[in-house]
Amino acid sequence: MYDLRTDVRPATVDLLIDGRPVAVPIGATVAAAVLSLGLPYIRRTPVSGAPRLPYCMMGVCFDCLATIDGVPNQQACMVAAEPGMRVSTQQGARSVSGADGHDG
Amino acid sequence: MEQFDALVVGGGLVGSAVAFGLTESGMRVLVLDEGDVALRASRGNFGLVWSQSKGLGAPHYHRWARTSAAHWPALAARLAELTGIDVGLELPGGLHFCLSDAELSARAGMMARMRQEAGEFGFDYRMLTRQEAAEMVPGLGRDVVGASWTPYDGHVGPLPTLRAFHAAIQQAGGVYRPLTPVRKIDPAPNDFRIAMPDGGVARAPRLVLAAGLGNIPLLPALGLDCWIAPQRGQILVTERVRPLLSMPTLNVRQTAEGSIMIGDSKEEAAFDSLTQRPAVMRNMAERAVRCFPWLAELQIVRAWAAVRILPKDGLPIYDQPARLPGAFAFSCHSGVGLAAAHARVLAPMVAQGGLTGDCALLSSERFQHV
Repeated sequence: MYDLRTDVRPATVDLLIDGRPVAVPIGATVAAAVLSLGLPYIRRTPVSGAPRLPYCMMGVCFDCLATIDGVPNQQACMVAAEPGMRVSTQQGARSVSGADGHDG
Repeated sequence: MEQFDALVVGGGLVGSAVAFGLTESGMRVLVLDEGDVALRASRGNFGLVWSQSKGLGAPHYHRWARTSAAHWPALAARLAELTGIDVGLELPGGLHFCLSDAELSARAGMMARMRQEAGEFGFDYRMLTRQEAAEMVPGLGRDVVGASWTPYDGHVGPLPTLRAFHAAIQQAGGVYRPLTPVRKIDPAPNDFRIAMPDGGVARAPRLVLAAGLGNIPLLPALGLDCWIAPQRGQILVTERVRPLLSMPTLNVRQTAEGSIMIGDSKEEAAFDSLTQRPAVMRNMAERAVRCFPWLAELQIVRAWAAVRILPKDGLPIYDQPARLPGAFAFSCHSGVGLAAAHARVLAPMVAQGGLTGDCALLSSERFQHV
């Protein structure tokens, strides 16, 4: 759906989205990287499971939530892509490690 | 002149619950709602249906809170049947955590007194050790030394509840009129008139004042004194997480959609529902994290303040001025928890024309004697 203008700015930042390598120009957001990869969704919503992609691209709509370097529910449109970054799409609501069977 | 069976001033949870109950009694109601310039306690509350700490020294109020909890399942089912809206009611019991031995022993003493005061009505509760509580909820913090538990408590979505009330009222032929502040009431026995902003007049043999703190300027028209004051509370809301909490606690609950809400702050703050004080927010977050350390992993995505309607002694006020038959004035906090009693017990009494039982004990006459 979206093609990067690599003739204007070369795609020099390599990152992984759900294990798939993608390269974007310096300064591009994680949301832009997801769109350039053509994924069907960046997350499925916690309540209905509806698929969502980045929408407003300016930090307002919260539809682009993704797990970035292990931290869930990050606004992908507000985070600049960095070399080696690992991004995961999200399936429903996040889990909480400290609540999974540990005591205190 | 528009004729109704009842005029209800206030479209929040108290007014809407009573108005819905009146439509269930076959009455045609007009609900007058000021608009978003109002303090809107019903849009800012926490959503507990909570009985376990209500009514120490006032067993009639404790019975009333329990009566409402007992009526909630039927109310939720009726609202779903009429409107298709699931209000998200759960009544699995609730926990009140104690974070020191002093808190725990004070709590145990209070619960024992509650049982004594409840008499034949009964009061089922347990004081839990830290280990017992830790088996009921995940990742309990080491600072929790124990808890009290009762089977009566639960929670519900306040906004779906309000939306369901409004839908059900209108389906029954009632009228919900937003952006309609009431400045003046012309009262006569069993004949009440309110001028509408568009120049018309609405008239009915019943009048219910249920406008929260908005009741204050209208009480004199019914010959009533004011015994309520504002008390600010703040709420923090986290991102949504997988279902973790199977029951609500006094200050932390998980909504049906997965958000964790953190609450239970109290501030004297006049009529200011806009200011959020970082010191208060920090205290709330700290206590919540001491109860559930894993909360510190989560992001806070929303926070707000709202202003409670706090009667002088904390108990609801249900007034029916003697010289104005047909008029009622209701002021209380806990509009969520009490909604079922308001819709299914209080409203039928309003339809009949007079309050009886525990409601009659909750008139503001109690303040005249002190």
